[in-house]
Amino acid sequence: MFGELIDKFDEIFKNLRGAGKLTEKNIKDALKEVRRALLEADVNYKVVRDFIKHAETEAVGERVLKSIEPGQQIVKIVHDELVRLLGEKMVPLAPIDKAPTVYVLCGLQGSGKTTLCGKLALQAKRKNKKPLLVAADIYRPAAIKQLMILGDSIGVEVFHLDNAKPPEICSQAKKYAEKNFIDLMICDTAGRLHIDDELMVELEEIKARVAPDELILVADAMTGQDAVNLAEKFHQRLGLTGVALSKLDGDARGGAAISIRAVTGCPIKLASIGEKLSDLEPFHPDRMASRILGMGDIVSLVEKAQQSVDLKEAAKLEEKLRRQAFTLEDFYEQMQQIKKMGPLESILGMIPGMGKALKGVQIDENGMKRVEAMIQSMTLEERRNPHIIDGSRKKRIALGSGNSVQNLNLLLKQFSAMQKMIKNVNKFKLKGLPKGAFPFQM
Amino acid sequence: MFSGFKKLKDSLAKTRDSILGKISQIVTGRKLDDDLIDEIEESLLKADIGVAATDRIIERLRQLAKEAKATDSDTVFGILKDEIKKILESNRKSLMGNGIRPHIWLITGVNGTGKTTTVGKLAHYFKNNGKSVMIAACDTFRAAAVEQLAIWAERSGVVLVTAQSGADPASVAFDAASSAVSKGIDYLLIDTAGRLHTKANLMEELKKIRRVTEKVVPSNQIFSKLIIDGTTGQNALSQVKVFTDAVGCDGLIVTKLDGTARGGIVVAIAQELSVPVDFIGIGESIDDLEAFNADSFVEALFES
Ligand SMILES: Nc1nc2c(ncn2[C@@H]2O[C@H](COP(=O)(O)OP(=O)(O)OP(=O)(O)O)[C@@H](O)[C@H]2O)c(=O)[nH]1
Ligand SMILES: Nc1nc2c(ncn2[C@@H]2O[C@H](COP(=O)(O)OP(=O)(O)O)[C@@H](O)[C@H]2O)c(=O)[nH]1
Ligand SMILES: [Mg+2]
Ligand SMILES: [Mg+2]
Repeated sequence: MFGELIDKFDEIFKNLRGAGKLTEKNIKDALKEVRRALLEADVNYKVVRDFIKHAETEAVGERVLKSIEPGQQIVKIVHDELVRLLGEKMVPLAPIDKAPTVYVLCGLQGSGKTTLCGKLALQAKRKNKKPLLVAADIYRPAAIKQLMILGDSIGVEVFHLDNAKPPEICSQAKKYAEKNFIDLMICDTAGRLHIDDELMVELEEIKARVAPDELILVADAMTGQDAVNLAEKFHQRLGLTGVALSKLDGDARGGAAISIRAVTGCPIKLASIGEKLSDLEPFHPDRMASRILGMGDIVSLVEKAQQSVDLKEAAKLEEKLRRQAFTLEDFYEQMQQIKKMGPLESILGMIPGMGKALKGVQIDENGMKRVEAMIQSMTLEERRNPHIIDGSRKKRIALGSGNSVQNLNLLLKQFSAMQKMIKNVNKFKLKGLPKGAFPFQM
Repeated sequence: MFSGFKKLKDSLAKTRDSILGKISQIVTGRKLDDDLIDEIEESLLKADIGVAATDRIIERLRQLAKEAKATDSDTVFGILKDEIKKILESNRKSLMGNGIRPHIWLITGVNGTGKTTTVGKLAHYFKNNGKSVMIAACDTFRAAAVEQLAIWAERSGVVLVTAQSGADPASVAFDAASSAVSKGIDYLLIDTAGRLHTKANLMEELKKIRRVTEKVVPSNQIFSKLIIDGTTGQNALSQVKVFTDAVGCDGLIVTKLDGTARGGIVVAIAQELSVPVDFIGIGESIDDLEAFNADSFVEALFES
């Protein structure tokens, strides 16, 4: 998810980086692009407007204009603002600490409530808690049957009552749960429109009768501008305790997440990532914000680079990586610079879109000196075209640098793996992001 | 075709009041200047009309402002309606049937958009129009999907073809198509499991359903209909693209337009992909289905 948004920002900020020093107009232009990207990602119009206004005031300040790489500063401002909007930290569900703890799920039709009920029951079971599913959707055809099949599949009991209204069903279920040592009771309610007064009253009654520890709005990650209206209404009437985003396994840019969070102030607690009952994860706002922009790590890169001397050098390195023109010679030349900034692996990981792609490429920091020595023993030609390094050259280099041929082989192997990775990263840029670059598995 | 216009208007009234209706308040008695254009832009974006379609409309208004033509609210209003109508009418023609029995409608879409409900409503609609209808339960994946469809078959009084949960959906489709042919059925409606367009294996499954059905009837008797949730934002564009690539798309049915977010995405889809809308869903009851009509749609959208 958020994949397209990442691409957009990458595109925008690539141009920004190229532009060098920024004027107020540059900033305005860039933010216009940011605005478009956010709107195309379904972030609510009002949220976008405020966002841009805020980012603009921040960005147009002197501090930014005088800094070395204003483009990256803007990136950081945009990023920080998104993190703020998504909620700074992960908020867990209310603990299952009474008998019974009560969760109630609500939302529009087809948003994924029933499935999420099953997922939460499974999760509780895995924690050795005893869950009870409550079938309080008496309207949708075969809704009770759906919940019963899900319950069956994970060995969780389902409470249902004929000829009773949902508030009564939930209240009876709670009594049943108290008697039967249930740890967690999860109420599946019918999908409803936030403007359906009768059914909203029904939810209010359910809330009044079972006093839920969690009252969660389940919202589809594909929701458009209306996310704000529905979240606002549900929250106004019910006082939600949290939000779950569903269908995050798709390619929705997911602006709804930002909107819902910004408008209700409710933490997003859960990420539903598939149709299987095990497809559930906690929602990490920080991780999410970073991934939205594909530049969370660039923020730390900026910070680190500012502490070390030569930001220009780092930018040049990055540029070479992007152009796939990165040779052993560059590798060596940059080494001194890089050493000031931290482990090579983590530096490479800070380049947008590259972090996860480089996983598995092991660059031993302690071996830096060894590597330096080996490259020093190479001719310029060898540094530029490592593939010409044959057996006899290897022997010479190994000998000259006081290393074993195995060590040299390792370096060459790692370097070529790294080049391949870089190539892949660039390919992914065109076709979408690598699997690992998503906050959730696809 | 559009006997239920009043109903559509009622159901769209909320959109009108909450979003586009505001345009009429905004434009009344004002000069068509940058501020006004910005406000109109905001209203359009809020309706999910999308950046591209909005840009097109706003461009038109700017042109007008420059030419300093009449800028009273009626004119501005007229132009807005006109532009949106033009976008909707530029769609390629919808394919609903060709008179050769059976017409097979393959009902597809992402999870939870309203496919099964729409199959129920369509069965009722065609039956009311004197057609013989059969429905096939090809969602053999989701819990109780078959039971859900069986209830709709009962409500609409049509024949249901099923297999056990977990059966190969393509084989259900094959059986249903064969049966529809031998019984001389007018419309066979195939309900499929919800699937995200990003899941290649599930899209393959869908292709297979179509392929196998084509062994029974010629391809031109099969009509792929994509169900779009009216609450969906710009992701609907991606859905339309990928489903079209997989099994074609002869028309859209946009559901849940009885909520507060509606209509806009239809314009975005028309603008960028030129796919027509056949019906809209405006509730959970069996007759909450309306044939789509661009004129009425836009009129209803703007009427104050
Ligand atoms: N308000 C409203 N609700 C609708 C409409 N169409 C369908 N629904 C509801 O949306 C929910 C999902 O509808 P389904 O017909 O089960 O959707 P589906 O696409 O078959 O779902 P899956 O097969 O689970 O992917 C149900 O609660 C329906 O009652 C509509 O036009 N308006
Ligand atoms: N791909 C995907 N599908 C989901 C997810 N959650 C639910 N669904 C599907 O969405 C549809 C509606 O889900 P359901 O739980 O019945 O929604 P409800 O109407 O809100 O109770 C079903 O087809 C589910 O299998 C999810 O996270 N990812
Ligand atoms: Mg349900
Ligand atoms: Mg269905």
